[in-house]
Amino acid sequence: MSDAPAVKKKFSNKGLEFIEWLLGRYPNKQAALLPVLRLAEEEFGNIDNDSVMLAAETLELSPGYVWGVLTFYTHYRREGDGKYLLQVCSTLPCALRGCRDIQHRLEEKLGIEAGETTEDGLFTLKKVECLGSCDTAPVVQVNEKYHENLDIEELDRLLETLRG
Amino acid sequence: MAEIKPEKFEKVLTKYVDQEGSASLDFYRGHGGYEAAERVLKELKPDEVIETVKESSLRGRGGAGFPCGLKWSFVPKDTDKPKYLVVNADESEPGTFKDRVIMERDPHQLIEGSLISAYALDSHICYIYIRGEYYDGFLAMQKAIDEAYEAGILGENVLGTGFRLDMTMHRGAGAYICGEETGLLSSLEGKRGLPKIKPPFPAVEGLFRCPTVVNNVETLSCVTHIFDRGVDWFKSIGPPEGPGPKLLCVSGHVERPGTYEVPMGINLLDLVNNHAGGIWKGNKLKGIIPGGSSAKILTAEECDVGMDYESLAAKDTMLGSGGVIVMDDTTDMVDALYNILRFYAHESCGQCTPCREGTGWLQKICGRILHGDGRPEDPDMMLDLSKKMCGRTICVLADAAAFPCESIVSKFRAEFDEKIEAGDGHERTVHLGGPLVQPGALSAHNQERLDELQGGH
Ligand SMILES: Cc1cc2nc3c(=O)[nH]c(=O)nc-3n(C[C@H](O)[C@H](O)[C@H](O)COP(=O)(O)O)c2cc1C
Ligand code: SF4
Ligand code: FES
Repeated sequence: MSDAPAVKKKFSNKGLEFIEWLLGRYPNKQAALLPVLRLAEEEFGNIDNDSVMLAAETLELSPGYVWGVLTFYTHYRREGDGKYLLQVCSTLPCALRGCRDIQHRLEEKLGIEAGETTEDGLFTLKKVECLGSCDTAPVVQVNEKYHENLDIEELDRLLETLRG
Repeated sequence: MAEIKPEKFEKVLTKYVDQEGSASLDFYRGHGGYEAAERVLKELKPDEVIETVKESSLRGRGGAGFPCGLKWSFVPKDTDKPKYLVVNADESEPGTFKDRVIMERDPHQLIEGSLISAYALDSHICYIYIRGEYYDGFLAMQKAIDEAYEAGILGENVLGTGFRLDMTMHRGAGAYICGEETGLLSSLEGKRGLPKIKPPFPAVEGLFRCPTVVNNVETLSCVTHIFDRGVDWFKSIGPPEGPGPKLLCVSGHVERPGTYEVPMGINLLDLVNNHAGGIWKGNKLKGIIPGGSSAKILTAEECDVGMDYESLAAKDTMLGSGGVIVMDDTTDMVDALYNILRFYAHESCGQCTPCREGTGWLQKICGRILHGDGRPEDPDMMLDLSKKMCGRTICVLADAAAFPCESIVSKFRAEFDEKIEAGDGHERTVHLGGPLVQPGALSAHNQERLDELQGGH
């Protein structure tokens, strides 16, 4: 499309190599969309409009289509998310073991509610569903890492460590 | 057939998971790994493999309990289309965390089982669809696959037999519905994870419109051990209608939550009291959801039951995903149900009206009872709605929401009626599901923006 805005972002060379490998794993380009979005998340820290454009261009899909797929899923880091994504599991097994105290403590300490980001851009708080770790409830996933068997002291220590 | 007594039961799926280095290829091969696959590929014909799995009576461990060999036999033989094997590693049924143990701690048994299965199905491409949150599991699986390629266990010439198999990890991105097999396949195709109407079943027309078998991680891991130890060994464990070792995930109010490998058919009370250390804090048992949050609840009196497909079906519930959620007598059942309903309302993909509207309304009605605004007719309305949601939708997520609702409302009816009776004045105790959004409850951040939009009026 001639009137499409130019894509500003570029994947790294290593990323492009990965995409080439990836395209060999599927019978069509569209199937590589989720992994390519992951790559964008990894390389740029989150997925913004420009990443959507880049993924679309890379896989010969329309940006609208990519946007539609992206917004179906909840686990991609999106534009505006803080450096640390605190994902508090709130499903029944965690609820039975006190995840609400964890949620409240985080809201209180960070001064934000679920779905919001602290002003310094450090933390985004999210309420999520079962993380598949109910035996170590309550659980908070911080970016990729699970923090399990949390209690208030443990949680406070975690926040201190993350604040650096 | 000699029945294996529980004390003689030997773990296989989790035998090595506590040992150092258990995820590596060297460790796996050092303990006889890939010998079964090599034997199968060299000595058996694909059809013989399918027959053996049929004979083992292995049933699916992902939720529906469908006979594995039978599903494989639905794949058409006279087709020039490629056939796909897809491993369901989405593991997102609340209360389930067993596949994670296999993938993080003993990934090669899953690769070996998938290899044997792919050979049986004449499939040369296998995808492992793993939920996005399982980063450690993804890394462990990817490393194991890389090792297997390097050692000639995957690729052009598997174990020197000339069989070709490519295996690819595919990460999901946070959507319960991508565990449902047709939703999973949509997602794997690079689409929104929307389930599709069956038929056609995936075995006939699945991934990229080609014949596809979808199996759970634990199911495929069982295949490894069936060929390692033999069909007779497998069938000697538990009831004949669905035998084998079983991973059960115990969570909630017990002293020792965890994944326990037990013989199929173990008594639920034995599992909870002996393996999982009993109800925590010396409290009394109130109820157990035996097969992930989609299963109907059992009251304390109903928990003297075997953990197998048939025994649980006889109690009008199911083994499901093997997620055993235990609740003690301090649990507020209205609150617990609200939490469950919130989950399904959040995860409904929205394609079918009975599911989209049904889950939403169940959550709303349960929420108003919980928050003191319940109406006397509400419990009956919830029961009626639950009934009408079943069997009317593209996938069974609607049923999965209706089952816990119907069973909790009818078995713990008094708690619902009490809350309604108490009305607004009732004491608002622990609310597991979190507050409903209420006017005036906007955070400062939200309020600021609202004021900005509406000029402070
Ligand atoms: C809403 C829903 C969610 C599901 N989630 C999972 C899941 O996370 N993992 C899984 O193995 N099966 C899940 N299933 C079951 C799959 O649809 C399918 O039956 C299963 O993967 C087949 O494998 P099996 O026969 O080896 O059990 C789910 C089903 C439904 C309806
Ligand atoms: S039953 Fe629910 S989750 Fe399943 S396809 Fe219909 S709307 Fe989607
Ligand atoms: S409910 Fe929190 S990890 Fe399963």
